[in-house]
Amino acid sequence: MIPAETSSAPQANRAARIGLADDGTIDCSGAWTLAHLGDIERQILALAKTRIDSGAINFHAGAIEAMDSVGAWLLQRTLSQWEHRGYRVRLSGLSQDFAMLMQTTARSRSQADQAPPPVRTGGLERIGQLVCAHALHIQSGLAFIGETAATFLGLLTRAQRFRWRVLLHNLQIDGLNALPIIGLLSFLMGVVIAYQGAEQLSTFGANIFIVDLVGISLLREIAPLIAAILVAGRSGSAYAAQIGTMTVTEELDALRSLGISPMSLLVIPRAVALVIALPLLSVYADAVGVFGGMLIAWTQLGVTFTEFLNRFEYAIVLRHYLIGISKTPVFAMIIALVGCYQGFRVSGGVDSVGRHTTISVVQAIFLVIVTDAFFSILFSWWEI
Amino acid sequence: MISANASAPAAIPIINVCHVRTCFGAAVVHEDVSLSINDGEVFAIAGGNGSGKSVLMREMILLQQPTAGTIEIFGRNVQSLKDADVLALRRRCGVLFQHGALFSSLNVIDNVAVPLREHTKLSNRLIEEVALLKIAGTGFPMASVSKFPNELSGGMRRRAALARAMALDPELLFLDEPTSGLDPISAAAFDELIQQMREWFRLTIIIITHDLDSLWRIADRVAVLGNGKVLGIGSMMELSSSSDALIHEYFYGPRGRAAKEQAWSRR
Repeated sequence: MIPAETSSAPQANRAARIGLADDGTIDCSGAWTLAHLGDIERQILALAKTRIDSGAINFHAGAIEAMDSVGAWLLQRTLSQWEHRGYRVRLSGLSQDFAMLMQTTARSRSQADQAPPPVRTGGLERIGQLVCAHALHIQSGLAFIGETAATFLGLLTRAQRFRWRVLLHNLQIDGLNALPIIGLLSFLMGVVIAYQGAEQLSTFGANIFIVDLVGISLLREIAPLIAAILVAGRSGSAYAAQIGTMTVTEELDALRSLGISPMSLLVIPRAVALVIALPLLSVYADAVGVFGGMLIAWTQLGVTFTEFLNRFEYAIVLRHYLIGISKTPVFAMIIALVGCYQGFRVSGGVDSVGRHTTISVVQAIFLVIVTDAFFSILFSWWEI
Repeated sequence: MISANASAPAAIPIINVCHVRTCFGAAVVHEDVSLSINDGEVFAIAGGNGSGKSVLMREMILLQQPTAGTIEIFGRNVQSLKDADVLALRRRCGVLFQHGALFSSLNVIDNVAVPLREHTKLSNRLIEEVALLKIAGTGFPMASVSKFPNELSGGMRRRAALARAMALDPELLFLDEPTSGLDPISAAAFDELIQQMREWFRLTIIIITHDLDSLWRIADRVAVLGNGKVLGIGSMMELSSSSDALIHEYFYGPRGRAAKEQAWSRR
């Protein structure tokens, strides 16, 4: 900036001005710097609307006190606009320093003109690109599942290669540390279901059937699903973010170059840990959820704990419990694979990590619920 | 090459660093650092790894507070500035961070436009034009202006970052290791660019560098940091005849000698 500004506040009297003077010249004055440009753009537009009869215009720039590159560009642009409209333009009175700045700007401008115009894609092209992208996405997803399976089978024959420490670490983080939140939420689910059921059942005097309602819905559906959704939010997202960040910082490449397979170090232990942890979490969620239902049955319907448990033993067949648990390893596999896969898909910058972490959670929950629906259909076919 | 005498018209100090002391816990980075930087000069801060060059720069650009001592910029103590004045000062300083620090979610044009959109009321069209001008001024290949930072090479990223640092026409330009990680040709070209920028925009440039070639080529004065102090300050010629053992090692190690000979042969 020439000359150096001493105060930050734009002073009104220094504001950049441009206007038609009485003698037919165009007068430019004030400080043509970022801080003082003010409404100069509007003034230039207004000036462009006025008609000037003579074919030549003299821009008088002697009163310009200060100028920076934005000011230089504005003046230059104004001059060439008038030239473009067929006037002979002359600039006079510009000080040496500012003239140099204008030259610099002109030089940059001739280069800036080489910038390609922004590419606009049509609607049809965008649809095509999306389809291609999704097809590739599905392909690479399948490839990832295949690679994971191959690595896992390879590790089965060489168990000493398996990363036990990583597995135990993940079991603690993803299993043990998830107990409080999963406990609290499944307890509340038990409470909610029992509350909703209590009102309906008590009108029919069928209070004791609260046990069937709470037991079957929790054991078979709600508890495994709640556990899976929470784990997807807690652990699946963490997997995507961890592996994604490692991709950005080239840690994955470092691992590969050190001869350590990221698959066997990062993916397999995490997947195995979740397959072990999620069924256990689900059993825990079953117990805590039923306890929540029991409390409400007692306080709202007067069903004592003893009555509740007696009926529970009689009414809830073991298979409901087993069906609920049997789904969870599949859920765990989905969550771990989606999380890790999205982590590996991160490319480029940090914003990609955030995007893929979000995608991993949404996809994992989506797939878990879709799979659950498939299980329901399957089990009803088998009539269990 | 611009010689030190011709380029510094009058020695008006723009930055005054007085007895700065910086500690991180028990680790002392600066014991007692004092230096002043004059208007219009290219001032380099050199020194080995961990000598606190970057920390000193971060203190000058108000990203960090020294433990003791004062830093004056444009004659005002930066520690006692009010928020509005800090903002005003920041607008007068451009900073090129070591790895560019471009915003990865924005393309090059938008990166350069960020300060303009944030701090001026110019129309969108003008902002875009100015951003393109600034980018062109750094010699950035104009075919790549719509690319995102992760699609750029190191040299291109550095130029784009320089364009962003120059967006508000700063008076002070801080460069943190602008040539590190660039190949010798790109590094030389970048030095050239810094020279040009300084001529065109009358900048005062503070440059942190290990690059001895850069030091010889563009620095008017150099301060060498070491052991938490300023070991020596002066032109490269003055420093290279310094008797301080550490400075001597710095300039007369095998690489230092080669850089000096090269600089001489160019004159």
